[in-house]
Amino acid sequence: MALTYEHIKQRLVEKFGDQVTGFEEPYGMLTFEAPKELNLKVLQFLYDDAELQFRFLTDLQAVHYPDNTGRELAVVYHLHNLADNIRMRFKVYTEIGKPDVYSATALYASANWMERETYDFFGVNFVGHPNLKRVLNVDEMDYFPMRKEFPLEDQTRIDKDDEMFGRGGSII
Amino acid sequence: MSDVIQHSNIRLPEGSIEKQTTTLNLGPTHPATHGVFQNILELDGERIISAEQTVGYIHRAFEKLAERRPLYQITTLTDRLNYCSSPINNMGWHLTCEKLLGVKTPKRVDYLRVIIMELARISDHLICNSIVGVDSGAYTGFLYVMQYRELIYEIYEEICGSRLTTNMGRIGGFERNFTPLAFEKLEKFLKEYPAVLKEFENLFSRNRIFMERTMGAGPISAERALNYGFTGPNLRAAGVDYDVRIHTPYSSYEDFEFDVPVGSTGDCYDRFLVRNQEMWQSLRIIEQAYQKVQAFKGADAEIFHADVPEYYLPEKKDVYTKMEALIWHFKIIMGEIDIPKGEVYFPVEGANGELGFYLISDGGRTPYRLHFRRPCFIYYQAYEELTKGAMLSDAIIVMSSLNLIAGELDA
Repeated sequence: MALTYEHIKQRLVEKFGDQVTGFEEPYGMLTFEAPKELNLKVLQFLYDDAELQFRFLTDLQAVHYPDNTGRELAVVYHLHNLADNIRMRFKVYTEIGKPDVYSATALYASANWMERETYDFFGVNFVGHPNLKRVLNVDEMDYFPMRKEFPLEDQTRIDKDDEMFGRGGSII
Repeated sequence: MSDVIQHSNIRLPEGSIEKQTTTLNLGPTHPATHGVFQNILELDGERIISAEQTVGYIHRAFEKLAERRPLYQITTLTDRLNYCSSPINNMGWHLTCEKLLGVKTPKRVDYLRVIIMELARISDHLICNSIVGVDSGAYTGFLYVMQYRELIYEIYEEICGSRLTTNMGRIGGFERNFTPLAFEKLEKFLKEYPAVLKEFENLFSRNRIFMERTMGAGPISAERALNYGFTGPNLRAAGVDYDVRIHTPYSSYEDFEFDVPVGSTGDCYDRFLVRNQEMWQSLRIIEQAYQKVQAFKGADAEIFHADVPEYYLPEKKDVYTKMEALIWHFKIIMGEIDIPKGEVYFPVEGANGELGFYLISDGGRTPYRLHFRRPCFIYYQAYEELTKGAMLSDAIIVMSSLNLIAGELDA
């Protein structure tokens, strides 16, 4: 019997009760969340369970929601069960003041650099990561550039004098 | 015994002279590193004891840039990821947008896209495999196949006017229809390329020197490859027949017959063979797709985009003469149209693995968050494990056989 989203949901609820929440299927992919303390337990369960077998970590990244007090950073895991060919998405939220999330490197070797990238851009502190340092940016950087408090310049701004930058000005 | 010896884990026989390890910075911008990767290798003689990779030398913050750009303007960013096969990135990005926007493309568009994507796959594998040849000391293959990559680029040029970073896709289809000359060139390619590929294969696949350089170099087991998140030819060389085109078909791949070549040992030689066989399969797909495209007659043969005026730019001659078209053109270019709320993950089979686009929209004009799942970034972390204990010359060939593209690695 092919694995269905309904069945995955049922198994997760059986195991973790009301700790796993927010089940939905945006654009056809099962999405749910769990408290950040449970992230490894949930991943381990999804990995080990003979039926579920989500053994392939496709992607791992974070999203910043500055208005979500107490849940500013979301770490998103995309998991794939290659045997039944089912994908799903798993999120944990963490507050930005203490962004500690357990590292999944012991489970997936692929998580190593993806977690470093997530740390580099969002400052999520992956507890237990063997080598948590910046990967794409310079080591001396002391901020996390993908957070929303560092917006790119608004292309419609008018307070900047273009002539000072060698463009614009009068053509006459 | 000094610290050096303990650190490097070398067990020396009693009374032998003390050995010292060398630290070698291989790259960045070393010709053998194919771009800007730095490898800090610790060597015992020529044997690699440990390797540390540093990336990010051409990091251009694409994900951040994408947060300020309407969907169309992100096309140019995706072009610059894997620049050896940029049309695949293009199509992948537009397929992601189409999924988010709910745009359904006509069959002819799907088939044309398949043709372009497979051409891109061939040109990517062509470069990768011939570079593996160059790194093992055989320059001939590289020179020989280059003219056929040129021919592929000429086909792109006929379709969209540019060659490397093509920017040819649009939401809903293509910017313009394929010209008759593009089809002629495609026919020429289909006719001439098999013989070239055959000769290229003959040059390498049973070549004693090439085999000894690549067999057993950088092997990885299926289990480790999966754990490392390998996809594409690198995973298939290890014996796992995972292919996004089969598992999650997009753009009408389910209409085509093709095989997924797999290897067994996951070493450089298998990766080379898998890529070669994939080129044959790509040719098969292109031929089928070309037949299907030719079956469209009359008005159907002119369809090259979906009918979605909200997202597809109106024709230039209309923009100059019709007010409505001008308004729509302006609205689309300036990103005045809000995109629906939602989050989408869309994977495509890039030339070097699963390329995924994770797009979160909060209902504004630009993505709230866009993340590229870049296969190179995921392969490169296995480099240390692949080269540990190998010779320095193996390290070079392992790197080229992984098909690492700096533009994609660093985004």
